[in-house]
Amino acid sequence: MNSIVEWISQPWPWYVAGPIIGLMVPLHLILLNRTFGISSSFRHMCAACLPSKLDFLNYDWKAESWNLVFAVGILIGSFLAATYFSTGEPIALSEAAVARMQEFGIQDMSGQHPADIFSWEHLGEWRTLLFVILGGFLVGFGTRYAGGCTSGHAIMGLSHFQLPSFVAVLGFFTGGLIMSWIVLPLILS
Amino acid sequence: MKNLIALILGSLFGLILVKAEVLSWFRIQEMFAFQSFHMYGIIGSAIAVGALSVWLIRTFKVKSLEGNLIELNDKAPRYTSAYVGGTVFGLGWAMTGACPGPMYALIGSGTTIMVLAVVAGVLGVLTYAALRDKLPH
Repeated sequence: MNSIVEWISQPWPWYVAGPIIGLMVPLHLILLNRTFGISSSFRHMCAACLPSKLDFLNYDWKAESWNLVFAVGILIGSFLAATYFSTGEPIALSEAAVARMQEFGIQDMSGQHPADIFSWEHLGEWRTLLFVILGGFLVGFGTRYAGGCTSGHAIMGLSHFQLPSFVAVLGFFTGGLIMSWIVLPLILS
Repeated sequence: MKNLIALILGSLFGLILVKAEVLSWFRIQEMFAFQSFHMYGIIGSAIAVGALSVWLIRTFKVKSLEGNLIELNDKAPRYTSAYVGGTVFGLGWAMTGACPGPMYALIGSGTTIMVLAVVAGVLGVLTYAALRDKLPH
């Protein structure tokens, strides 16, 4: 039993994790009779918590409440993974990535993210507001405008060869590259 | 029943996001700088397994648990919104280091400040809903 926990506690390589994520596609279709996608949960929360007369938010969100339950599941699974099945070791980033982060002035790479940006203590700082609040806003706005996120478009959409999904993924990378190569160096330096 | 299945699938997904380090801001920066194969391997192999599954489901006319034939609707052919909206999402993805799934996984694994990113995301949806008629699709 201990050796199983020890094995699970190691970081999983891409060729283990990727195929299991891919199985979310048939598991959703067969067990839930729904397509895989997570960003819709933002829309359901919006429709549930902020009732308005806007057409886009007037629909039967309760019929899709399974999607919110799936999000609750993510909270549980990630809590269990981080609490019981984790070594606590820093992420094995490539040397090139470590060097680039140091160029940005980030020394502490022990966590999932720069601790001096993504934490409550730094909430009042403009960098934290920018990364967390503006970033979150763009994710919510962009996924609804595009009609999906990494799961709904990149994984689910490309799995059945949807051209709009391919175009959306091109957009994901356009935005990601602009942010990563142009905007972030300006903010962090 | 549906909710129980969704809860179990979500838990499995949350576990993987942590174990595969998909929720790491550093991994996302590494991906956009083309400095590691890790994220490309995960997304690429997920699409390969997804595509094979869809092909098998269609070929063998697999039925869902509810007993009906599984049919996949085509995505609406709106390319302007797919590209522009995708770009807006990409900017936010590289900034927060998280798409919606990893945002939930970050909250669950202890980075509770990401609750604010989700709240901001919901306000982003509201803003989109208000501007929808004026935006090109």
